[in-house]
Amino acid sequence: MARMKFLCDSERCIECNGCVTACKNANETEWGIQRRRVVTLDDGEVGKEVSISVACMHCTDAPCMAVCPTDCFYPTEDGLILHNKDACIGCGYCLYACPFGAPQFPQQGAFGARGKMDKCTFCAGGPESDPVLEEQKYGANRLREGKLPLCAEMCSTKALLAGDAQQVADIFRERVVYRGHRNSAWGSADHEADQSEQLAKNAADLAYDATQSV
Amino acid sequence: MEKSRSRTSVGFWLVMLLVGCMFSLPVVAQSQGADARREALQSMPGTTPDFWRDAAGGVSGRTTSQSVGADTLIMTEGERWKEIRNEWISPGGLLALGGSLTGITFFYLLVGRVKLEHPRTGKRIERWTRWDRVIHWYVATLFIILALTGLSILYAKWFLMPILPTSLWSAWMIAAKNIHNYLGPLFSLGVLVMIVKWIKHNFFNLVDLKWFIKGGGIVGKGHPSAGYLNGGEKVWFWMIVFVGLTVAVSGLVLDFPNFGQTRETMQLFLIIHAVSSLVLMAAAFGHIYIGTLGTEGAFEGMKTGYVDESWAKQHHDLWYEEVTQKQNKS
Ligand code: SF4
Ligand code: SF4
Ligand code: SF4
Repeated sequence: MARMKFLCDSERCIECNGCVTACKNANETEWGIQRRRVVTLDDGEVGKEVSISVACMHCTDAPCMAVCPTDCFYPTEDGLILHNKDACIGCGYCLYACPFGAPQFPQQGAFGARGKMDKCTFCAGGPESDPVLEEQKYGANRLREGKLPLCAEMCSTKALLAGDAQQVADIFRERVVYRGHRNSAWGSADHEADQSEQLAKNAADLAYDATQSV
Repeated sequence: MEKSRSRTSVGFWLVMLLVGCMFSLPVVAQSQGADARREALQSMPGTTPDFWRDAAGGVSGRTTSQSVGADTLIMTEGERWKEIRNEWISPGGLLALGGSLTGITFFYLLVGRVKLEHPRTGKRIERWTRWDRVIHWYVATLFIILALTGLSILYAKWFLMPILPTSLWSAWMIAAKNIHNYLGPLFSLGVLVMIVKWIKHNFFNLVDLKWFIKGGGIVGKGHPSAGYLNGGEKVWFWMIVFVGLTVAVSGLVLDFPNFGQTRETMQLFLIIHAVSSLVLMAAAFGHIYIGTLGTEGAFEGMKTGYVDESWAKQHHDLWYEEVTQKQNKS
C-alpha cells in the first residue's frame, strides 16, 4: 500500500504562499482556517532566510490521535490521519499534542468556544458517504479522483511534493544528486562545498530512510 | 467506648492510601508516540543544520497564518504533554480513585459504620442553617456533574465508546464538554461563596491538635473532643480552599481560550486541572462516605439542618456544651 507523505524542499520554497491559497481554494475552508502555512525563519537575512510549507504531517503513531478524548481520528490505508467531525468536541487537545500546529479551530460559540477541528486531509475528504456533504465538511476528496493534493500540484517551484513516500523521496534524491556538486545552490552560503555535498548526501539518505520506516 | 471512632479516621486512612498510590505510579512511563523530529526531517530533508537547530528548538519565524503558535514550525512540548497526560495522569487518576474506593470499602468492612453510642434523645439541635445547606448542595451537585463530565473527557473513550453507537457517543461527548464548560464558572462561584461563608469556623486550634494526635478517635481510648467542626472537617475545608481553587482557576484559563493563551500555557493548565481535580475527587469519596454511610446520624444534619442531641454530644462535645449553655442562659 502506498504511504502518503509531504516533502518540502527548502531550497526551492520561495514563500509565495501559493500552496496556502491553493489549499484554501480546493477545500473552501471556513473563515480563519488555514490548513497549510508557510513559515519563514530568519526572514530578511541574506543567505540565511529559509521557508518551509507545513500542514498536517500525517504522523506515524500520531500524537493527536493519542490524546483525543472522543477518539475521532482514524488512520487510512494510505497512512493518512483523518478525523470525524461528528464526534469532535472542539476541546483543542489535538492542537496541544501536535508538534506542527496543524489542527485549526473556527471560533463558533460564545466565550471563545472552539468549533470543530479542521486540518489538512491530504485532500482525501473525510468519513461521509454523501460526496456533497463530504465536500462541505472536509473539503475536496481529490485522492478518490486519482489526483494529488492541490497544494503540491500548484506549487510553482515544485518545492512542495506530495504523494507516495517512496516516489517523493526518489525525486528529492535525484535533485540532491544534481545539486550535490561543487558550487551547489545548497543551503546557506557559509558552508564549504564538500560540506554541502555531505549534507546533501545525508539529506538524501534521510529521505530514503523515511520511505523504509513504514 | 471501644467502637467510638470518628468520621475522619476514615479520612486519615484515605490520605495514607492516596500517598501510597502516588508512589506506586508506573515508574516506567514510556513514550510510544511519533517522533516529531523524525517526522519533520522526513518532510523537510533539505534543510541545513543551522536551520534544523532553530526549527527543532522551536524558534519562531514569520507566517501569514493567524493561529496561535503558527509561527513555530515544531513544538516539541506537545509530545511531552501527550506523555504526561496519557502515561501518568490517566493511570494515576485511576489509581487514586480506585485506591480511594478500595480504602473506603476495606474500612467499611473492617470497622463498619460508626454508630450512635447512646440512643437518640429526640432533641434536635440546629447545625446547618438553610443558607449553609443551599450552598453545600449547590456546590455538591455541580461537583458531581463536573466530575462525571470531566471523567468522561479523560476516560470515556476506553469504556463508553466501545458500547455506544457512534451518534450517541458523539452526542454524549459534545454534551459533556458543553456542560463541563458552562457549569465550571458557576461551580467556581459557589466554591468562593462557601469559602467566605465557612472560613470563620475553620481555623485550627489546640483541640484539633489533640484530635489529630488521637487520629480522630482511632488511636487510644475515648473520643477526642471537638468543637463545631473537628480537625478532619477542617482539613477537608482547606483542601477545598487550596485544591478546589486550583481546580477552579485552572479551569477558567482553559474555559476561555480566547485571550491568546499559547499552546504551552494550555498544556500546563490542563495538567494542573486534571491532577488537582482527580485529587479532589479521590478525597471527595472519603467525604461522601463519612457523611452518609460511614457515620450514623451525620447525613440528616446536611439534609434537614438538625442533628440529634446524642450525635452532637458524641462527635462535637465542645460545640454541644456551647449550644446548651447558650440555650440555658436565654
Ligand atoms: S495533526 Fe499534527 S500530530 Fe496529528 S497527524 Fe497531523 S501533524 Fe501529526
Ligand atoms: S478538538 Fe476534536 S479532534 Fe481535536 S482532540 Fe478534541 S475532540 Fe479530538
Ligand atoms: S493536501 Fe489538500 S488539505 Fe492538505 S494542505 Fe494540501 S491542499 Fe490543503
